[in-house]
Amino acid sequence: MSATSARLTRLTNIPGSAQLAALAAVLLGNWLVFPGFFNIRMVDGRLFGSVIDVLNRGAPVVLLSLGMTLVIATGGIDLSVGAVMAISGAVAATLINAGTPLVLVVAAALGAGLLCGLWNGILVALLRIQPIVATLILMVAGRGIAQLITAGEIVTFDDRGLIALGTGALLAIPVPILIAAGTFALTTLLVRGTALGLFIEAVGANERASAYAGVSARVVKIAAYVWSGLCAAIAGIIAAADIQGADANNAGLWLELDAILAVVVGGTSLLGGRFSLPLAVAGAIIIQAMNTGILLSGLKPEFNLIVKAVVVMAVLLLQSVRRRD
Amino acid sequence: MQVPERKPLLSIEGLTKTYPGVRALDAVDLHLYAGEVHALLGENGAGKSTLIKVLTGLTGRDSGRFVLDGQEISPANVIQATALGIGTVYQEVNLLGNMSVADNLFLGRQPMRLGFVDKRRMRQQAAQIVAKYGLKIDVAAPLGQLSVAVQQIIAIARAVDLSARVLILDEPTASLDTQEVALLFDVMRQLRERGMAIVFVTHFLDQVYAISDRITVLRNGRRVAERLTRELPRIDLVQMMLGHELSETALHRHKPENEAGETLVRFEKYGKRRYMAPFDLSVRRGEIVGVAGLLGSGRTETAKLVFGIERAETGSGRGLVSIDGKPTHIRSPREAIRRGFGYCPEERKTEGIVGSLSVRENIILALQARRGWLRRMPRRQTDEIAARYIRMLDIRTPDAERAIQFLSGGNQQKALLARWLVTEPRFLILDEPTRGIDVGAHAEIIRLIERLCADGLSLLVISSELDEITAYADRVVILRDRAHVAELSGSDVTTSKIMTTIAA
Amino acid sequence: MKLNRIAAVTALGIMAAAGTAQAAEMVVGFAQVGSESGWRAAETKTAKLRAHQDKVNLRISDAQQKQENEIKAIRSFVAQGVDGILLAPVVATGWDSVLREARDAKVPVFLLDRQIDTSDPTLYTAAVTSDTVLEGHMIGDHLAKLTNNKCRIVELQGTVGSSPAINRKKGFEEAIAAHPDMKIVRSQSGDFTRSGGKTVMESFIKAEDGGKNICAVFAHNDDMGIGAIQAIKEAGLKPGKDILVVSIDGVPDMFKAMANGEANGTVELSPDMAGPALKALIALKSNGTEPQKWIKTPSTLYTPATAAAEYKRRAPLY
Repeated sequence: MSATSARLTRLTNIPGSAQLAALAAVLLGNWLVFPGFFNIRMVDGRLFGSVIDVLNRGAPVVLLSLGMTLVIATGGIDLSVGAVMAISGAVAATLINAGTPLVLVVAAALGAGLLCGLWNGILVALLRIQPIVATLILMVAGRGIAQLITAGEIVTFDDRGLIALGTGALLAIPVPILIAAGTFALTTLLVRGTALGLFIEAVGANERASAYAGVSARVVKIAAYVWSGLCAAIAGIIAAADIQGADANNAGLWLELDAILAVVVGGTSLLGGRFSLPLAVAGAIIIQAMNTGILLSGLKPEFNLIVKAVVVMAVLLLQSVRRRD
Repeated sequence: MQVPERKPLLSIEGLTKTYPGVRALDAVDLHLYAGEVHALLGENGAGKSTLIKVLTGLTGRDSGRFVLDGQEISPANVIQATALGIGTVYQEVNLLGNMSVADNLFLGRQPMRLGFVDKRRMRQQAAQIVAKYGLKIDVAAPLGQLSVAVQQIIAIARAVDLSARVLILDEPTASLDTQEVALLFDVMRQLRERGMAIVFVTHFLDQVYAISDRITVLRNGRRVAERLTRELPRIDLVQMMLGHELSETALHRHKPENEAGETLVRFEKYGKRRYMAPFDLSVRRGEIVGVAGLLGSGRTETAKLVFGIERAETGSGRGLVSIDGKPTHIRSPREAIRRGFGYCPEERKTEGIVGSLSVRENIILALQARRGWLRRMPRRQTDEIAARYIRMLDIRTPDAERAIQFLSGGNQQKALLARWLVTEPRFLILDEPTRGIDVGAHAEIIRLIERLCADGLSLLVISSELDEITAYADRVVILRDRAHVAELSGSDVTTSKIMTTIAA
Repeated sequence: MKLNRIAAVTALGIMAAAGTAQAAEMVVGFAQVGSESGWRAAETKTAKLRAHQDKVNLRISDAQQKQENEIKAIRSFVAQGVDGILLAPVVATGWDSVLREARDAKVPVFLLDRQIDTSDPTLYTAAVTSDTVLEGHMIGDHLAKLTNNKCRIVELQGTVGSSPAINRKKGFEEAIAAHPDMKIVRSQSGDFTRSGGKTVMESFIKAEDGGKNICAVFAHNDDMGIGAIQAIKEAGLKPGKDILVVSIDGVPDMFKAMANGEANGTVELSPDMAGPALKALIALKSNGTEPQKWIKTPSTLYTPATAAAEYKRRAPLY
């Protein structure tokens, strides 16, 4: 190794350094293409600016990546989260239009996500279907279910309470950011405040050894998929509230891939084992900062995917320098 | 020797093969004669599988030569080996379960007509081949639907039909029942009469004496002996495999009978079909029960049944467990752990440690699992536990947060012991606790085992190191061919007695 | 909720009518893509309505977005000996052999809302589609009139590479080319979705000095336009006044927005594709009139002035 790469290795040895470096680089890039990137002001009692957009728009992928991190850490994957978003949005929109109180609407939408997660968990943990296949079923069927609920239309609503979940602000901070932050805190508490995180990492790293040590892999896996379904349902409510309508065809479309990418960029191995929630969140924000940056840059839309691919590759290369060491 | 002077069909001379840090084969000779079944025997790591790999071209060699029919050969891959007439059938049949018997027999060489596979002719030919082996099966049926024994025979038939003169059978009987073994032996005898040279790898001594004409014993990569079967008594064979002399006496520290405590656990008619014959086993408080037997005799199987990894068959007086005289059941490792059991498996890397987790996390894993996910132990407490056991067992690691996969085998083993000790168990099962561990750590672990016993813990220790077993065990259970055949106690616990019992 | 009920009642009525139309003289098969969008559902409903009016027995097959299902449906229609087939092709290629079968059986085939790629145009009788270039052109002219030929425009494109996105952009650019003071300053893809339109618009507003430099937004479809309206509102600006909003499709929510003064115009992509096709088929069957190869559905510009009434008129269809 040359002196520079040796120094690079030493620098990247600190966990999370690759992600933070990438985030800084993307933010710097955004500032270069749009000098007003960091400007924040108040509009109608809420913070307004591109940085806020990054966080606000990133909220759904942050939410998805929280659940996805746990699933991936067990050695699985959840392709159905985008479809689950569509289902929960559809449930929320149809119920609110039927005059159901907001609390029940949210509870029903979350319940739908929980059931979806339970379904995935049972397929993977009890019926031992490969996760990629098991969740593919709901990825395809889920969107169909959402379309059945909405009868193929965009179901719009004008309930102020529900809309506020997507577009409102509390103490000047947009509600989706608060929800994402709250869910992050809750997830951290769930896995690090209990022994669930340890069990997830143990099962993901060596399922058989964990079982011999008395860890129930089934319970751990089902819990991870249920949490992923729940996070997707929250993201689905936000996405529907944001556009004041449930768009069964497009809500959360391909977001499962962004979520997986966020987790991988966050340094969690697709093979399972060790995971980091904060770094997965960082991964999600990197991806969103990139998306926002591209929109601000005035680049032609044909370049969007290429730019994204190049940046993701750069982050993964930085990580692999560390791993090889 | 009184055998008429014959030239071997295949001779292996001075075969040496090294892997980084290990000499897997060291100047090994082997002579295969046409019309003979040649048993290749040895314990784990003796070099059997390396020998087969080199012979079939799966891997290279450092030195040595193969002479087939007077011609020196050097197969570079499996296809060349097959072309030279060396066919191999593995324990796990490597044919295609979803294709028909006929397809499998003719895979890659189907009879063709007008550019298409001539199914009718293929089936006719397949039926003829199958009939030669006395099988009455539909050759159009998918292979996977047939029993393992029949699959083995189909695999043999395919190898023989590919004009094999040397047939290597790698543990073909490992998962067969008695009748199936008889079926396979008929086929082997038939092939022997047709002048085939057969290499037969097995762990079952009865089978060796039932079918083989000649025996080669390997130990630690060296050839110990090549003998005619009828000239090699069982006891000599066992000695060769285990590397002990009968005269050897080991120090035995067994306690007087009355010193042992009450019976802690008792298993009755505990077994599982095709896995382990039903056995009775009881362990008293503060007692160390050793388990001895050759590889494949059912040592690990016993442990897995006792720990609930494999479920014993129950009903009509079978599969009973009692702890402190009270009947109970053990249907999973979780239940076993709840009853105060612990298990250090033989396969330390795949079944014991969780490699990427830290030493601390590995140590507390079983205790935390027993407490459940909600009652998480505070970090400070786990730090203390880890520090205490790292000190107590002298686990050499830079710190408790180091991933356990970076530790040496001996330290991993000690961490696994620590994992169970923190659960304050009543009954520990140790499967080959000193396997793959350097000499220094070896002695430490033995001392540790003795200390645990002195503290009142009951232990079931499986080991192929007879010196060790005789050193600490109060009683020794002897296994053969997946069954418990005898129990030695008191002054009978000696290496020679164990060996004669294994060989009996 | 009320809207849905009206739609349901209307649909039921149509279906009941279809049930009694057994004695109708003409049988027509309709190979429909599916019901993936509100517009698609409206197309199917309109087709039923038109068939009822023209006393045609319409047999609808829902292909669930799969070409092989549409091909199967066509084969079965041919086998049933229908008088004509309406095909809303899910993709542009791969129709030659099944259409040849229909031609050999002398069953006229009308393509609805999308052209196909084929070297042999005699494989189908006629195609009924809108003129997507014209739509872009019309809305461009409308915006020019609204702004006195002077406007900095941001554009929300459809899915990159899709034909409506390419054509609507082309038509719009043709229209504003005549006016040197009209310029598209930013253009990005919102993937034809509400959330896409909203997200892109948010960034455009930031990038153009909080939206002060934007005179109008042109969205390739109404859904993105509605998303843009929300983004403008959340930036503390008034859509339809501070930033003008024009788009294409004519879905009910856009009429509602126009009625509220939040949008400034839309060009309707008529869901009535079956009507002109059935008319041409009847003419062909009764007196042998060969229809035009490309039957363009009318593109109509709607403005806030008539929005409230038009919204009410459309409600049952959607």
